[in-house]
Amino acid sequence: MISITRLLRASSRSILRNRMRSLLTSLGIIIGVGAVIVMVAIGEGSQAQIEANITSLGTNLLLVIPGSSNTGGVRQGGGSYKQFTFDDIEALKREATLVDGVSPVVRSGGQIIGGAGNWFTSVYGVSPEYFKIRSWEVSSGEFFTDKDVTARRKVALLGKTVADQLFPNQDPVGQNIRIRNIPFTVIGVLKAKGQTGMGQDQDDVILAPATSVLYRLKGDRRTASIDMINASAVSSTQVDSATAEMRTILRKSHKLIEGQDDDFTVRSQAEIMQTATETTKTMTLLLGSIAAVSLLVGGIGIMNIMLVSVTERTREIGIRLSVGARESDVLIQFLTEAVVLSVSGGIIGITLSAAVVAGLNKWTTLQPIITPNIVVVSFLFSAFVGIFFGFYPARKAAALDPIDALRHE
Amino acid sequence: MTAVIETHGLTRTFEVGDISVHALRGINLTIEPGDFVAIMGSSGSGKSTLMNLVGCLDTPTSGEYVLDGERVESLSKNQRAMIRNRKIGFVFQGFNLLSRTTALENVELPLFYDRQNHVRNHRQAAVEALNRVGLADRLEHTPNQLSGGQQQRVAIARALVNRPAIVLADEPTGNLDSRTSVEIMSVFQELNAEGVTVILVTHEADVANYAKRIVGLRDGRIVRDVAVTGRHDAAKDLAALGQREELD
Ligand SMILES: Nc1ncnc2c1ncn2[C@@H]1O[C@H](COP(=O)(O)OP(=O)(O)OP(=O)(O)O)[C@@H](O)[C@H]1O
Ligand SMILES: [Mg+2]
Repeated sequence: MISITRLLRASSRSILRNRMRSLLTSLGIIIGVGAVIVMVAIGEGSQAQIEANITSLGTNLLLVIPGSSNTGGVRQGGGSYKQFTFDDIEALKREATLVDGVSPVVRSGGQIIGGAGNWFTSVYGVSPEYFKIRSWEVSSGEFFTDKDVTARRKVALLGKTVADQLFPNQDPVGQNIRIRNIPFTVIGVLKAKGQTGMGQDQDDVILAPATSVLYRLKGDRRTASIDMINASAVSSTQVDSATAEMRTILRKSHKLIEGQDDDFTVRSQAEIMQTATETTKTMTLLLGSIAAVSLLVGGIGIMNIMLVSVTERTREIGIRLSVGARESDVLIQFLTEAVVLSVSGGIIGITLSAAVVAGLNKWTTLQPIITPNIVVVSFLFSAFVGIFFGFYPARKAAALDPIDALRHE
Repeated sequence: MTAVIETHGLTRTFEVGDISVHALRGINLTIEPGDFVAIMGSSGSGKSTLMNLVGCLDTPTSGEYVLDGERVESLSKNQRAMIRNRKIGFVFQGFNLLSRTTALENVELPLFYDRQNHVRNHRQAAVEALNRVGLADRLEHTPNQLSGGQQQRVAIARALVNRPAIVLADEPTGNLDSRTSVEIMSVFQELNAEGVTVILVTHEADVANYAKRIVGLRDGRIVRDVAVTGRHDAAKDLAALGQREELD
């Protein structure tokens, strides 16, 4: 057997001897691997970004909205719509074991006057559990308490955007504002959350006790109601069971009998996340396939160079055969050469893409992520391309009689 | 003494399109070990074709070829590769050196494919072979940096490096001036004196006279097979040439 070190030395010599050919061969692999990794990294990066954004809305979040779920866009059954009451909230708090936070959400909004001027924004009436469910924190002041809710106190927490608009140069805590002409006292400012994946400013909001919003802002007791219930499952693995449990409790609380449709819908954050992730996955796939095409083009380039050099290589093979090389010797040698070429091309491509990704991270808003999978896959594919197109002509030549190989034009 | 090379009715036919070219039409040739045979004949008479068959580079269309007591037709591809590597040194009509590869590496090539690794130090053996053909000062030159005669000598060194029992040379002096031709012939005579069987193809009667035996080919058949009378000694001729140059 010919020793491995001799083989490697011989093939690296042969590669260096034909520098231009080797460089052109590797170039296809370098560019192909680099492009695939960068493209997929960008896709993966935006996916991770969107996931992080959605997670920032609150993990394990469960949303309950009035009305039965839609099937194919058609609302089912008649009269399957009932507003939530504080009794529903109490029932959930009392009976649910897989839910560790329940809060009503009363939506309102309008012109806010205070401090430097006025600002139009949303006001959400919630209970203190909402802060944990939605992962809110205060940057100054404090949250309101259950007592504030019971007493319907006119206190409010400002989102960062609202605080900046109304009180650009001072701490709003302790200041008075008027929401739809009703005075509220600012007791805290919320920590900034930034934009959602869909580009919505999460900090453009005011939070106040649910009762205060319901009875003092919305006023008309007959039509005013709780718009939505927010809850949080005890863990992400329990989201489905928590959903089922909430359904049972609410059905009982709404006095629905067996066979009657739900008059509410429980939706989990996981479902919402899934939709968003699917969108970005499609994008990753798209970017990846564009890059895969470039890898393929690189492969065709390699094939071209290999085919052009076939005459020269066939003579070389003839010479090697004539001095006593076996068919297998020639094949192993060409295989070694192809592997050395494509492996070094792949490594350079990976290094290059790592540099590009680092640059994108530093100088653009893109946050690409290189995953090991794509590195391995694109590397193996390129190695395969290099080996296949380098090896195939060699195999044909090595099967010839030496004199036929030498005569090959 | 048993013959080292024996052929019986060896033929080689090339199919070119619809017509068959009969390059060899039944060669019966026996060569004893230690012989020095010059094969002569006009262009196209089948000399190279015969050499390729004898060198196990090509396979005959029909007939039998016995090398060292072994029927070559019955050998596997790998066994024939081994014969090319160990028993035969072949010098091609067109050199067939690896381009962009130094003289030294070209000469080392057969050693690379020797599975038993008879020669431990490849470089040393290659340097010795190049030394023998007078190219010790051109080790790192690539073929395109060498003259035709020098390339020919690299090809000869490559044929010698594995110490084969048979050396086959297809027109080794074809492109050389007379002095270089004599130098090359002295290398072959020296090898032959050491017991190596030498077979070479030549057009020139001068060159053939350094051999022990002349085989004439015409149209793929042997038409003449004679012993050389008044054989030349290349070493002496070289010495004489040297003296004449000194007088000039
Ligand atoms: N591969 C081939 N295909 C077709 N015909 C061939 C082939 N090789 C040789 N021939 C033919 O066989 C005949 C003998 O060729 P060969 O090369 O043996 O001649 P040669 O005696 O060596 O001539 P030269 O002195 O010119 O080298 C020629 O007619 C040639 O055309
Ligand atoms: Mg010839």
